[in-house]
Amino acid sequence: MLKTDISRSIDNVEGKEKISGSAKYISDYAIEGMYHAKTVRATIAHGNIKEIKLPHFPEGYDSVDYSDIPADNVVGMINDDWPVFAEQEVNHIGEPILLIVGPDKTKVAKLAQAVEIVYEEKTPVFDFKNSVKQLAFKKGNVKKAFQEAKQIIKHTYETGYQEQAYIEPQGFIGYPEDAGITLIGSIQCPYYVKNAVMRTMGLDEDNVRVKQAFVGGAFGGKEEFPSLMACQLAVAIQKIQKPIKFIYEREEDMEVTTKRHPSRTVMEAAIDASGRISAIRSHLSLDAGAYLGLSEVVLSRGMLAVTNAYTVNNLDVRGDVYRTHTVPNGAFRGFGAPQMIYAIEMFMHHVAKTLNQDPFAFRMAHLVKQGDLTATGGIFRDPIILRDMITHAVEASDYHAKVKKYNDPNIFKGIGMSWFLHGCGFTGSGEKDKIKAKVTLEKTKDDQVHILVAAVDMGQGAKTTLRKIVAGILELPIDVIVFDNPDTRFVPDSGPTVASRTAMIVGGLLARAAKTLKEDWITGESQTVSKRYEQPEYVAWDQEKMQGDAYPAYSWGVNIVEVEVDKTTYEVDIKDIWSVYDLGKALDENVVLGQADGGQAQGIGYGYLEVMRHDGGRIRQKNMTDYIIPTAADMAPSHNHIMDNPYPLGPYGAKGVGELTLVGGAPAVSLAIEQAISRPLRKIPATPELLMEAIEHD
Amino acid sequence: MTETTFKLNGETRTVKGPHNQRFLDVLRRDFNLTAAKEGCGEGECGACSVLVDGKLINSCLLPLANVAGKTVLTLEGYRTTERYKMLENAFLKEGASQCGICTPGMIMASEYLLSHNKNPSDFEIRHALAGNLCRCTGYNMIIKAIKRAAKEGAALW
Ligand code: FES
Ligand code: FES
Repeated sequence: MLKTDISRSIDNVEGKEKISGSAKYISDYAIEGMYHAKTVRATIAHGNIKEIKLPHFPEGYDSVDYSDIPADNVVGMINDDWPVFAEQEVNHIGEPILLIVGPDKTKVAKLAQAVEIVYEEKTPVFDFKNSVKQLAFKKGNVKKAFQEAKQIIKHTYETGYQEQAYIEPQGFIGYPEDAGITLIGSIQCPYYVKNAVMRTMGLDEDNVRVKQAFVGGAFGGKEEFPSLMACQLAVAIQKIQKPIKFIYEREEDMEVTTKRHPSRTVMEAAIDASGRISAIRSHLSLDAGAYLGLSEVVLSRGMLAVTNAYTVNNLDVRGDVYRTHTVPNGAFRGFGAPQMIYAIEMFMHHVAKTLNQDPFAFRMAHLVKQGDLTATGGIFRDPIILRDMITHAVEASDYHAKVKKYNDPNIFKGIGMSWFLHGCGFTGSGEKDKIKAKVTLEKTKDDQVHILVAAVDMGQGAKTTLRKIVAGILELPIDVIVFDNPDTRFVPDSGPTVASRTAMIVGGLLARAAKTLKEDWITGESQTVSKRYEQPEYVAWDQEKMQGDAYPAYSWGVNIVEVEVDKTTYEVDIKDIWSVYDLGKALDENVVLGQADGGQAQGIGYGYLEVMRHDGGRIRQKNMTDYIIPTAADMAPSHNHIMDNPYPLGPYGAKGVGELTLVGGAPAVSLAIEQAISRPLRKIPATPELLMEAIEHD
Repeated sequence: MTETTFKLNGETRTVKGPHNQRFLDVLRRDFNLTAAKEGCGEGECGACSVLVDGKLINSCLLPLANVAGKTVLTLEGYRTTERYKMLENAFLKEGASQCGICTPGMIMASEYLLSHNKNPSDFEIRHALAGNLCRCTGYNMIIKAIKRAAKEGAALW
């Protein structure tokens, strides 16, 4: 692989273990004499606990609750509002109150069912009423643009829940070790878990060890939620002093783990005399659920995507996070961007229609170019090849001819296109101020090189791509580069595996470390090289005012989806998918194409298929029968194309990939459906019942 | 205590214990065969797929009693075969496994399909896999892998 193009695919380095079924996922672990834990949860949306009636516990069985917590009853995140166990007040159905722990799993479950809790109920809130976080930023002079507007167009867009639906439910196994606690989990962020457990337990660094098992899918769902489980389990281990296995079943997982925030976005455009958008006012509302978790950062990423891949000179962008008495929402691939990109892509199309302009030409006329100011007054510094990407996608799909043909309202077919960007890495100065990533390369005497990072391979191919980077720079065969699943005892904190930062940021640091190691290489000696993140100097961000460069770099994409809608059942059939991506440089073609296919399926599923709702705070779709994700029969073939546009500071020119491939799916499929039924849509998922409503009520 | 006897990956086995326990648990707990995964526990995801008398079955819905006298093949038994090697290589080359949690089930479903249809079309593959959920890949690379295995391993099935 040394002298060839880095993008050329190699066999996924842990592929054999996975394909042969020998890879060990969390539920495959067993420890001699281990106990099992089961959570007892609130059954009301809001109220106070008056009394807890515990059943009689046979020998070896016990309960664990807030009173057993040695230090803080808080899951350490950005805000301190999320308790490990409810104390008095409960704020959502499914909120954890206590654990039942014991040697026999079935008995544990029975005892958990026998716990009786008496509540004093209070009135829950489910609407966008109680704003707990507000963000805002401006660009240019919006007031003037609206005063001078020839026309003002306003629409509201809504998105529903989306469940990550990783096929492996959440889980941990843990045991007492020396004076502390060791936890093995299905997790994205070993150091998030470690830090949260240290805080709850009042333990120091040396006494909390977190190891990653193979992760059976995560998509953001295993970013912050595992910290909650880990803190509970740590409390139980400390109290019971036994190894304990703590695995959710599917229904529990779907009912109580974090999901994509339902949203409402109001978009209002001022149209100038030339028929172009001169200003946008936008307001994004997110439903946080009962606790804030990461909601504020999700809101921020959503708002930053307000103009997507367009340049609009005057902006007034506001957003609120609302607390409701529902399950807390959290990280999910895209992190606020899918909601906003859905809104802006639909809005651009709808504005063009209202103005009687060709939507494609209208959108192209607003397309961002290199050197333009971003929504927050930063600069798009690097070359942008979006125009070429769009041309490629249009030609490959025969887009224009199909648009024309499908305008016939009788054929119920449609083709929809979205284009989009995604900021790579943490927002603003997060990498520099909060994460401060560190990576280490350790060379052993026998000249093997170990990658020591906290980055997790959860299927996105991190092990393959990071090893390729290091092998490529050291000009060594890939099999002397070792990358084991992270264990916080050995690996430094290279940050969480989120925000499309692994390839670009962690990979970039590893590339620097590999260069140093290469220069200093002494055969037969053990050597260690560490590198810490340094922000490119030109990137400046003011978090307070939300001004400046929100991201060091952007990845770009185009999605086109073709559909046919059944005239009587309004079922949507996905016919074909085309996509083009600029992610700098693919570190491995198969990895990138796999991310493309998988991200698109999730994005398109979000747009038309995946329905999750709550009823009085109770999630109604609690299993894979009720919550529908795309099957092989639902998905269509895809034609994915990667265009190189190397980013000078990325390893081999690479930028972020993981989230980009999801964010454009929903608007592309919605626009296709909209054309097929000849009616505008402003809500996802675009289910048959929504289509029926649109068709029969107009 | 009731006893249930069946053939598991070529060997005759007897399990003591309730008839109605889930076969998936028996495999994982009593035999430490963990290739079959529990994704949903309700027959929707196919992660727990095994072959029982050659039929593709979700072992999470299968009571132990139903395997009495039958022949069970799990991935642990299948992975020693030439057919498996062919599928493994095809899955590797096409990048068909990402997180991998669905992959053991996909392999069993692929074997079932190819043993009934040596040369399946895209459409046939999509429908044969409709009972096996994958959240990572969007399925296209799995479909390519099965086609590759069918082509390169034409003599095997
Ligand atoms: S675990 Fe058996 S079908 Fe999902
Ligand atoms: S590879 Fe992750 S679910 Fe299929």
